[in-house]
Amino acid sequence: MSYQVTRSGRARPQGSGWELAIWYLMRLTGIGLFITALSHYIIVHFVYDPAIQNSVWVTARWASMAQRTVDWLMLTFVLFHAFMGVRTVIGDYTSGGKRTILTLFLYLAGIVLFLMGTMVVVGLPMPPEVPA
Amino acid sequence: MLLRYRGSEGMYAWAFHRISGVAIWAFILLHVLDIWLVGVNKDLYNEVLAIYSSPFGRVMESLLGAALLYHALNGLRIIIMDFWPSMTRYHKQLWYLNWVLFVVIGLPILIQIMVPAFGLEPPFRFGS
Repeated sequence: MSYQVTRSGRARPQGSGWELAIWYLMRLTGIGLFITALSHYIIVHFVYDPAIQNSVWVTARWASMAQRTVDWLMLTFVLFHAFMGVRTVIGDYTSGGKRTILTLFLYLAGIVLFLMGTMVVVGLPMPPEVPA
Repeated sequence: MLLRYRGSEGMYAWAFHRISGVAIWAFILLHVLDIWLVGVNKDLYNEVLAIYSSPFGRVMESLLGAALLYHALNGLRIIIMDFWPSMTRYHKQLWYLNWVLFVVIGLPILIQIMVPAFGLEPPFRFGS
């Protein structure tokens, strides 16, 4: 396997296939998260103090379908990016059966979190109608 | 060992990216679990959220914000070098630019988050 000289997080995999697709998706989701995750952090920690936030605040925030859609996209981006990133870390420090087992548990945890996150973003009831 | 291998900016940029990345991953595990609670147990969710506004919670949020901001800025640096390889020549300058942006963007956020822990009003007000 030949490596280009790079100061990158990970050298671009040679050829095509899954590894190259994942390499591109890490960068795409990274740009997606630059926008969604940073603005999420700024909204819930800078614009609104955590002291005023509770389940009612979350329900009001999720009265907007657009907000729910953005949050679900962010969930999808972050789980892919974080779990594929840790997969690279596991691959760097382990090998053989240990790597296989850890990677399988990692994927399992990622899928469970995706289902839990989707369940709440999609399933949380809309707040009761309040006159504007 | 971490501090001696190769050394110089490129290695630190990589090491901090990895450390901040794993830290953010750990927070994501917690964060998806806590938002999941809002659907199944609102009282427990509210108790967990109260930790976020405690002084300890504010310190942890600031550390999380620092990890996020570093990882985001260095991630852009990586993308720039991946898709524009001639920029690799300036990888050190880009890293220093990251730190300038890190301080300029991070400092107001740090102040806003930490000031209420000392019983003061947050300096930046939005809306009502």
